[in-house]
Parts: sequence; structure tokens; C-alpha cells
Amino acid sequence: MYTFLIAVGALLLLSLVWMVYRIQTLVSVVKGSDRKIASGSNKVNAILFLVFLVGSGALMFWYSIKEFDNYQMPVASEHGVITDELFWITMAVTGVVFLITHILLFVFPYKYQYKEGRKAAFYPENHKLELIWTAVPGVVMAGLVISGWMAWSDITAPAPEKAHVVEIMGYQFAWDVRYPGKDNVLGDYDYRLINASNSHGIDFTDKNSIDDFPSPKVVIPKGEPVLFKIRARDVLHSVFAPHMRLKMDAVPGMPTRFWFVPTKTTAEMRAELKDPEFEYEIACTEICGRGHFSMKKVIEVVEPAEYQKWLAEQKSFLQQNPSLAEGLKTDKKEIAGIN
Amino acid sequence: MATATVAHHDTEVHGHQDHHDHEHHDNFITKYLFTTDHKMIAKQFLVTGMFWALIGGLLSTLFRLQLGFPDMNLEFLRPILGGWIDEAGKLDPTFYLALVTMHGTIMVFFVLTAGLSGTFSNFLIPLQIGARDMASGFMNMLSYWFFFVSGVIMFISLFLKTGPAGGGWVVYPPLSALEQAIPGSGMGMTLWLISMVFFIASSLLGGINYITTVINLRTKGMSFSRLPLTIWAFFLTAVIGLLSFPVLFAAALLLVFDRSFGTSFYLSDIYVAGEALPNTGGSAVLYQHLFWFLGHPEVYIVLLPALGITSEVIATNSRKPIFGYKAMVISMLGITILSFIVWAHHMFVTGMNPFLGSIFMFLTLIIAVPSAVKVFNYLTTLWRGNLIFTPGMLFSIGLVSFFISGGLTGIFLGNSAIDIQLHDTYFVVAHFHLVMGSASFFGLMAGVYHWFPKMFGRMMDAKLGYIHFWLTFVGVYMIFFPMHYIGIAGFPRRYYSWTNFEFTNLYTDLNMFVSVAAIITFAAQFIFIFNFFYSMYRGRKASLNPWNSNTLEWTTPLHPGHGNWPGEIPTVYRWPYDYSKPGAAEDFIPQHIPLSQTPESNLPHEQELVKLELEIMKEEADLVANESKH
Repeated sequence: MYTFLIAVGALLLLSLVWMVYRIQTLVSVVKGSDRKIASGSNKVNAILFLVFLVGSGALMFWYSIKEFDNYQMPVASEHGVITDELFWITMAVTGVVFLITHILLFVFPYKYQYKEGRKAAFYPENHKLELIWTAVPGVVMAGLVISGWMAWSDITAPAPEKAHVVEIMGYQFAWDVRYPGKDNVLGDYDYRLINASNSHGIDFTDKNSIDDFPSPKVVIPKGEPVLFKIRARDVLHSVFAPHMRLKMDAVPGMPTRFWFVPTKTTAEMRAELKDPEFEYEIACTEICGRGHFSMKKVIEVVEPAEYQKWLAEQKSFLQQNPSLAEGLKTDKKEIAGIN
Repeated sequence: MATATVAHHDTEVHGHQDHHDHEHHDNFITKYLFTTDHKMIAKQFLVTGMFWALIGGLLSTLFRLQLGFPDMNLEFLRPILGGWIDEAGKLDPTFYLALVTMHGTIMVFFVLTAGLSGTFSNFLIPLQIGARDMASGFMNMLSYWFFFVSGVIMFISLFLKTGPAGGGWVVYPPLSALEQAIPGSGMGMTLWLISMVFFIASSLLGGINYITTVINLRTKGMSFSRLPLTIWAFFLTAVIGLLSFPVLFAAALLLVFDRSFGTSFYLSDIYVAGEALPNTGGSAVLYQHLFWFLGHPEVYIVLLPALGITSEVIATNSRKPIFGYKAMVISMLGITILSFIVWAHHMFVTGMNPFLGSIFMFLTLIIAVPSAVKVFNYLTTLWRGNLIFTPGMLFSIGLVSFFISGGLTGIFLGNSAIDIQLHDTYFVVAHFHLVMGSASFFGLMAGVYHWFPKMFGRMMDAKLGYIHFWLTFVGVYMIFFPMHYIGIAGFPRRYYSWTNFEFTNLYTDLNMFVSVAAIITFAAQFIFIFNFFYSMYRGRKASLNPWNSNTLEWTTPLHPGHGNWPGEIPTVYRWPYDYSKPGAAEDFIPQHIPLSQTPESNLPHEQELVKLELEIMKEEADLVANESKH
């Protein structure tokens, strides 16, 4: 019944629109305004451009100011402060250009709308102007690029030797985390060794892998360099830690990396945001299939002392699951502490 | 130089005419289906493009429903989506990805490449350069029908049980290579690849034709420096397409090998669905390089024609010459060349060597300069004009606005340091939908409103055009402007829902707003559809030159036949932008009016050319007289 009523209503509405359209067409034919070069609509359109400029401009400023704290995500890494700064410098530069060009673009239509008898200016070229507005954007862009390039070079430079290594492996649809243990060197892996009990495909015949341990979340110390070694098991994924301003694709067959220095512990951030539930998160930003939107991992940033304590408490893969050590030589089993 | 070209063209034109007199026995099939008339082929491209735009738009409203109203019961969509709506009335997450993928593929390739270039390159190149038809009408026909076949295959893939391709429009392997990873990578992906092969063939056939026609078939006096900017844009677009589409073909071919013949171009070290695959040594990043080698020029393939159309429409309706014709041409040339060496800015965080990233950052930000020059030139063209707001003009001004808004955000994304955070977030979505999607779409609309009278001999209703423009213009900003905020807040692309993460667990209101705006904007397009088809049959009869424009197409009859001009093709004596020339009686002097007829408005250097022009005209008259004697 309702569907029927809605259909009838829509039909009536459509016929109403249709009649209005026909009437206005006939009226304009009678008035002859459709034969004029520029009808009364010309003025309406010119004014609408001004209205749009003022209306949407006001909306933009109001919303940008009101929502600032919502879209401006707190930053918790050293390089993040720099990239944020670059972001806002670029925003200021482009913002000015955006406003000036749009004011001109919408004021000109009003100011220079068609008037009978007036003739447009014949102004085909001006080399000086062209040169100026080639050179000025060129110089401004050069400034932005060079500052961006310096930041980029620092961020992508090799990680400091003492950086804490964490391996993050993406698969459909989660992340697995591996720590190198006391030696700070990750053991070898081979994707052909992957099975139900060895999801990383770790090669335990490599002595570096003996003290490697898994972790349900990424725990890292504040104020010390951390190196994410990133890989993928099946398809492309991308590690995105928004608060760290960190993003790097995980590519099957090609390990990638990203190092950074976290600047605020989870506890500090909780206090700052007055949100006791706050967690640093890792999300996936490269389309990877059905569960792409659900690949979450928590990062916990702690004080360095607390980090050392946590490290000491962890149990290696082999300790947690001694069956992995099957076929290993006894001396290695001894080192692993599982006889 | 001028005399030589004139003599050469003269004989050629006559040759054409004799030939052309025998060609008037059209039946329905040769006139509307397998036609070789560039004007009809253009209309075929346009109508097919409109069909695909509606499909692409409809898909976007479906996934906007999911994003804006995640709790909505979508049971009412079951009649069309069937099993993709689960028992709880929710959209299937896999199908969500398929929707996103198909929306992108359809809009980029079928609407903005074929629908825009296919329509206006075909329609305008012969008409504006003064040619009877394309260099090869047959290849032109093949170009359309390859596109048509490509579309049919893609359309079929929408109805597969496992769904169409779902790995994003970029179809990155390994996801797109492994059926185990996503069902859309099975038959859906196979059809996607076959469809793209036909599409690439269609683009190449069209492109070769456009280039050949522009180089060889210009009428007497139509030197490159007198070409309308539309033609420059179509010409350069075709060059870009010709050089970049084959690379996409190569990328697709290698993907086919990886999928079907066990090669490892892109695949390496993969463990999926409980099984380690034998492939080693491939590189997933290789595909991205190959794809973006087309993918980035593709942006300019869809944008340049729109900018060309806009240049023409803005100059005509400002009643002013386009400001800085040479600068416009040079900046288009610059964009054409630079478009080939910026592709890896899509790949800053793919694990590519960071040094390579710095190089591409420099190159990318250089391309902003010619784009800025174009914007400033449009603004100066408007300045002190006598602006007439036809619907075409409104859409052109809208295009310039989108080009600015979307272009500026490109400066953020082209900066690799800033891109770390913004890459693959909604900021990117906002950026390219404004600068590439909406700007090109507005160029397409401007073109349709402006050249409708030439296509169908009737006028579209202007008032409906105004309503269509304002709803769409405001609508597009209401859809894509909020996405900047969402993107700065870090929301990743291609997410089915936002509730899994703390940092994305906000802006439900803004997403709802965007979805409502998207649905209204989509609905507003039916005003255009109605206007288009109604005006085709019932619109007011157009005059020969309704916009008082200078270019050659307005010298043809109201319904030009196959061959365009019944008699001789007009000769061109001036550039196409003599609007409001001081001293002239009218505010426009078409290109075919000799300088010798307008002594009152000639500039000093033009006055000097008059003598030469008269000489050439005399020589020509002698030639014609000689020929008729034989």
C-alpha cells in the first residue's frame, strides 16, 4: 500500500515538474527571451556564483575551525612532527592560492556579466604576466619540494644500529608480530616452511631464530629508535600507524622497512586525550580482500625501563612450542633452553 | 611555405569531393550502426558513455549507502543484488570491493576516456580543422565497436556468481592474480583483462586516427598555430594514449601469464589458502610501475580534452580571445611530456627505493607549474570579458574551480614526506575525484551543452541546464570537500566499515552527509538525461551559429551530411579567437573570413599579411579556373 502511495506521489511530483518546465518554456517563447543573447538568467547565474563563493566559503571556515581537534590527529613520533609541519605549511601556501583564485573565479562572472553594448577587452597575451606566473609558482614549488625532500631523506635514511627491531608480517586478514630476542637479529625465514604451528615460516636451523619470540601486540619503548621490518605472506598489505605518521607496504617476496622514534607512551597519550581507552593502532591501507577493513594490531608504547622488563619476560617460539625444535641439533636445543 | 600547402590541399579537397558524391545510399545499419561518419561515431561514443556513467554512478550510490548508513537494512536491494545481500540485510564485504573496483574502472576508462575523448575527438577534429572525415573512417568504426565489445564483456562480468574483479581499479597482483585471495580474481578478473585488451585496441585505433587526421587533413590555411585549443588538446591526448596504453597492455599480458600459465612475473614467496605457491622471483612492484606508466598519463588523457573544451567554451562565452594561446599550447605540451615521468609518485610507500622517490617528487611538483599557468590564463580570459552564462560556460567555470581545488591537494600528495600519512586515505579520494573525475566530467558536460546544436541541430533547454549545473556543482563539492577532513583524520580507502578502529570511529555524521549529497547529485543527472533526449527530438531548432563562435564547425549546414561541407571546405585565414576585436562591427570574426575583408580591425602585422593573402587567393582562383577547363 505504502509503495503504491509513494509511487503515485512520485508520479504526481514528476508531472508537476513537467508542467512547470513546459510553462516556463512556452512563456520564454512568448516573451522572446530565448532568442536574446543573454536572458535574465544570466544575471541570476552571475549572482549565484557570488552566493556560492560566500556560502561555501563560510561553511568551509566554520567547519574547519569547529572540527580542528577531530581531524587533526595527535602525533606521537619524531618525524611525524616534521611531516605535520610540512603539511600545515603546504596548507597555508595552497590555502592562500585557493582563496585568491576562487575569489577571482567567482567575482569575475559577477563583475563582467554580459551587458548589451559593452565590448569585451581584446587582450590576447602579455608575456610579462605569463613569465611572472610561471616563475612564482616555480619558486614556491621549489621551496616546498626541497623542504619535503630533506624530510624524506632523513625519514628514509638507514635506521640507527641500535634500533629495536620488530617484524610485522601481513596476511589475510591480520598482522603477526615477531621480535628478534636478545641478539636483536631476526632469524631467517622461508615461506615454504609455513604451516599451522609456524605461521611465520621461521627457519629454526638458523641460530638467530632461536631466541625470536612472538607477541600479540607491538610493544616499543618511548624515545628510542624502532625499526619495523615489514613483509607479507600472501597479497599486498600496507602497515599504517596513523599516530606515528608511518605507512609502508608489505610486499610478498620483497621485505620493506620503516624506522621511527615514538615520543609518547600510550599512558601519556591517554592522559593527554583524557581517553582511558586510547590505543595506538595499526591498520591496513592496501586493498587485500574481504577483511581489508579489519586488520587491526595494537601498538603499546612504554617507558624504556618497562620495555626491558617486558622483553625479559617473553618466551621464545621454541620455548612456547617445543615441537618446533624437532630435528634440531641438541646444542641448539640447549641454547634455546628446551632439552 | 603558405603557397605550397595551399596548392597541395586544393587538389586533395577536390579529390575528396568527387569521391564523396557517391556515398549517399545509407540504410539504417550503415547510418546508425556500422557507420564510418565521424559525427555518428561520436554520438555512439557519447550515448554509450552516458550509459556507462549511469552504471558507474549507480554503483557509487550503492557503496555510499553502505558507508553513510552502515546499519541500514538493504533488503530492498535484493531484487537487483540477490545473494550479495546477506540474511541480515547487509551488503557483502567482497561485493563492496567489487563495487568500488567496477566504479573506478567504468568511470576512468569507459566514461572519461572513451566517453570524453571518443566523443569529442571524433566529433570536433574533422569539423574544426576542416576535413571531410577522419583519415580512416573504417578504423574509426572499428574503434567504436572494439569499445562496444569491451563494454559488453565488462557488463557480463557484473553478473558472475563469483562477482566482477574486486582488487581495486588498479588490480594490483598478487590479489588480482590469485582466485584463492578473493573470488573476484577468478572469472571476473579474466573478463576484466579481456575487456581491457579490447579497450586498449579501441583506444589505439582511435588515437592513431586522431593524430593522422590532425597532421594530414587540415584545410587550407589551418596551420598548427591556428588550431583551436580543443584540437591541440585532442591531438596531445591521442599522443599520450598511443605511447602509454601499450604499456598497460604489456602489464595486463604478463598478468594473464601469471594467472593462467604459471609464470612468475609478479608473484613471489606466496603462501595462501594453506598452500605455498611454487612462484618465486617475481616482483609485485613491477606491475605497479607498468600500471602507473599508463595510469598517470591516463589522468591527463581524461583531463586534457576537458581543458581543451573549456578553453574553447570560455573564450567563446567571454567574447574574448583566450589569454595566452601560446602559453596554453606550451603548457599542454609540457604536461604531455611530464606526464610520462611522474608515475612513481603513486608508489612512494610501496617499498620502492627512497632515492627514486625523491626524483619523482621533484618531477611531480614541476608538473604543477604548467597547470598553474593554465588556471591563471583562464582567470585572465574571464577578466574584462562580456560573459554569457550558457550551460556550457557554467560547466567550464565549474571545471576551473575543481581543477584548482583538486590540483592544490596534489601538491600535498606529490610531496613524498607528506604522502606517507595521506597515501591511500580519503584525502587521495577527494583529490583525484575533484581534479580528474569531476573536472573531466564537467568538461564532458560543457562539451555536450556547447556542441549539442551541432550534433542534433536543436538546442538543449538552458534553464534545465542551469538547474543541472547548480545541483551538480554544489553536489560535487558537498561530496568531495568533506572527504578532505576524513582523509586528514586518516581514514583509509576501500574500507567497508569504520567501526573496527578507534581512530576511524568518528565522522559517522559526515559520512552520512556525503552519502546523501552523492545520491542527490546522482539523481540530478536525470535532469540532464531528460534534457538530452527530449531536446534531441523536441528542442528548439538551432541557428547555424548559436553561440556566435569563430571555429569552422559552425560554417557547416545545420545537419551536415557525411563529408561535412556540401561544397568546398572553407579556407582558414586567421586564428580562432578573434573575439571583440577593436574596430570590428561584430564581436566575433570567424576563422574563414579573410583578413582582406576586415581592414578595419586588422592589427598592424595582420595588415602586412593582407597582400600575401590576396596573392594566394588569386593563385588559387587561377588553379581552379585551370582545372575546370580540363
